[in-house]
Amino acid sequence: MAEELLTIEHLTKQYGENVILDDVSLTVHKGEVIVVVGSSGCGKSTLLRCINALESIQGGEICLRGEKIEQEGKNITVLRQKIGMVFQCYELFPHLTVLNNILLAPVKVQKRREEEVKAEAFELLKRVGLEDKANSYPRQLSGGQKQRIAIVRALCMHPEILLFDEVTAALDPEMVREVLDVILELAEQGRTMIIVTHEMQFAKAVADRIIFIDDGKIIENSKPEQFFSHPETERAKQFLNMFEYKRK
Amino acid sequence: MPDLGIEVLLKGNNLMRLLAGLGVALKISLIAIGLSILLGILIGMLVNGKNPIIKGIYRVYLEFIRIMPQLVLLFLVYFGTTRAFGWDLSGETAAVFVFTLWGTAEMSDLVRGALISIPKHQYESSEALGLHRSQPYFYVIIPQTVRRLLPLSINLITRMIKTTSLILMIGVVEVLKVAQQIIEANRMSSPNAAFGIYLTVFLLYFIACWPISRLAAYLEKRWR
Ligand SMILES: Nc1ncnc2c1ncn2[C@@H]1O[C@H](COP(=O)(O)OP(=O)(O)OP(=O)(O)O)[C@@H](O)[C@H]1O
Ligand SMILES: [Mg+2]
Repeated sequence: MAEELLTIEHLTKQYGENVILDDVSLTVHKGEVIVVVGSSGCGKSTLLRCINALESIQGGEICLRGEKIEQEGKNITVLRQKIGMVFQCYELFPHLTVLNNILLAPVKVQKRREEEVKAEAFELLKRVGLEDKANSYPRQLSGGQKQRIAIVRALCMHPEILLFDEVTAALDPEMVREVLDVILELAEQGRTMIIVTHEMQFAKAVADRIIFIDDGKIIENSKPEQFFSHPETERAKQFLNMFEYKRK
Repeated sequence: MPDLGIEVLLKGNNLMRLLAGLGVALKISLIAIGLSILLGILIGMLVNGKNPIIKGIYRVYLEFIRIMPQLVLLFLVYFGTTRAFGWDLSGETAAVFVFTLWGTAEMSDLVRGALISIPKHQYESSEALGLHRSQPYFYVIIPQTVRRLLPLSINLITRMIKTTSLILMIGVVEVLKVAQQIIEANRMSSPNAAFGIYLTVFLLYFIACWPISRLAAYLEKRWR
């Protein structure tokens, strides 16, 4: 088995008295693609946000290559650079062009040479078919284009792990494909990823492992073939049934 | 062609006097605008914090200034303080004071609004990219705030310049007051002067404010 990249041990997340994540443990190996599924409000986004220290945690530990991820930790900026995240709503910076959106963090945070990052940015833009948009502003792009740019922006930081939170949920159906194709290609390159999605076909195609969360707990953790054809729990069966359209 | 009394303008140094009057109005508004922008940004950021006492005091201040007609505020400060506290404010000082009080209230509300209109995910995505400490503000939040703020604050600035026409009521000899004096002095010789002179005053205000509001329109279009 490949080395362990991310380890989550007994993670607890609460908002006040409200327990959102309850004793969640998960190990992600290098090169693995984990897809997280579960019904709305079960805590999927919260899990990703904890991994990136956008949320404080009330118990347990999250480590990247053995380094603890803490909100107030002094290494948190360095750790965040190793964790790329793309959100559901388009979070490109509206006042910057596509190119400057991509360059900002590598140049200002990682202090890399602008020329070098630019060359890389164009390379990546070409791969997602958007090299002609480098000087456009986000408002001039479609939702699908924006999400592909957001992915490029994350990739340009050379992250060790990528987190995707329902990146296609706000898109029109005809744009979903172009974004999922990009993610699928990343999977084929052997990138480590945690993907939250409601696209079950895509989950089946891309995942090495499916994590099913119910009410803040991981209740299934299995191979996609296993999960989709023989879910172990009643909750997972119910959940998967929602995606079936049958005449009663 | 009807007699518009334009020739009065050319009598003596009437035109220069009008321009000097405009100068007084602009001087007062520019000082007040400068102070209002500084204080407005400061207070606008302050009330975005969590302190409920600061928020409470601020709301009262804002409501008070908004409800009060500017003229009443001018009278209150200029005549009121002389009586009540024995201050002897000059008309100009009182005017700067009142306009700053008003401008700061409006400006801080604009700043506050611009800051809360920046969505939370803009902070979060900059943090997720590893920007830290002042970097998210410097590269992401402030540039966006300024873009939202500029067209609005320019409108405020032209409103403040225009409203200086009220300060003749507390004895400041600004452009409108000079105009009245000129008209009064020429009542016998050119009874029609009122039209020509007030038209000139209108043009002077226009020349002062128009470029500013064009700038606002331009920035609005450019930044959206
Ligand atoms: N800032 C917050 N304060 C209080 N409760 C919150 C906050 N953010 C999220 N929650 C709660 O945490 C729970 C999990 O939210 P989360 O966003 O992680 O769900 P999700 O699984 O991503 O759902 P969805 O599929 O709808 O995106 C929800 O019940 C939500 O109400
Ligand atoms: Mg979510």
